Amino acid sequence: MSDVVSALNGKSMPGDVTITEAGLRGMITLRGDLGNSRVRSVCTGLTGVDFPLQGQANCVGEQGLAWMSPDEVLVLVRHDAVDAALAKIANSLKNQHHLAVNVSDARAVIMVEGAFARDVIARLAPADLHPQSFATGTIRRTRLGQIAAAFWMRDETTFEVICFRSVAQYAFDMLANAAAAGPVGHFPAAQ
Amino acid sequence: MLILHCPYCGVDVDETDLHAGGEAHLHRESTGSSDQDFENYLFMRENPKGVHFERWQHAFGCGKWFLAARCTTTLEVFGTYSAQTTEPPQDIQDAITHKRQGWSWRNFG
Repeated sequence: MSDVVSALNGKSMPGDVTITEAGLRGMITLRGDLGNSRVRSVCTGLTGVDFPLQGQANCVGEQGLAWMSPDEVLVLVRHDAVDAALAKIANSLKNQHHLAVNVSDARAVIMVEGAFARDVIARLAPADLHPQSFATGTIRRTRLGQIAAAFWMRDETTFEVICFRSVAQYAFDMLANAAAAGPVGHFPAAQ
Repeated sequence: MLILHCPYCGVDVDETDLHAGGEAHLHRESTGSSDQDFENYLFMRENPKGVHFERWQHAFGCGKWFLAARCTTTLEVFGTYSAQTTEPPQDIQDAITHKRQGWSWRNFG
């Protein structure tokens, strides 16, 4: 059996805002009717968090649920728990129109942690990151520099970024570069 | 810079997150239509100075298509709405009338 490694193998760039590749994470793209109670209950059962509202991501540790579109949710579980989770989804939604795919190894997860993490993301994404419109638990699918990415806030000073594995190095370098440039000071400082 | 509200994500989205899809509310001609109607459907597009209706895709976001009503001269956006409609909803038409008395676009207005 080959060794499973994440895109950047846990690479880290320490600083006032630390950029860290999160290592192996389990991710399942689930498409279906998000209003359906069986879809919702299998998601919450697998992750132990509340089902997210539009534009929200609920995460605890490595587990969580992220709203991706009106008919798509990203199920975050431990990397070694993906196969069991997929089996459970298939079983729970047997006669229900849905699609569930393991995308763990197609993606990379990068953590952005530090006092001005918000500034680092705001430098790269065409999204409104003012604390009034982007708070803890908000997710946004957009682009970072030239690549598609999504990010959500775990807490006031932590962003979690996901992108395609093939562009993980680009995303990491860009985030590290934005972090090294220091704070912008446009937003009120994080508490 | 054009900023449109994605009705599916509920966020204001920058032009660079979007993909333009051309004119909205085209009536698709099919088998049995006259050559003239089919030619109109394939090739003839509005190119107005003023109120215009367009298709847009939230390409970097949810990936959904939606429709937008905007002014081509001022870039003012009157509103965005679901693509699953054959004509602009009344609230969008009212919003345009409020700003542009006497507007017309194809059969609307």
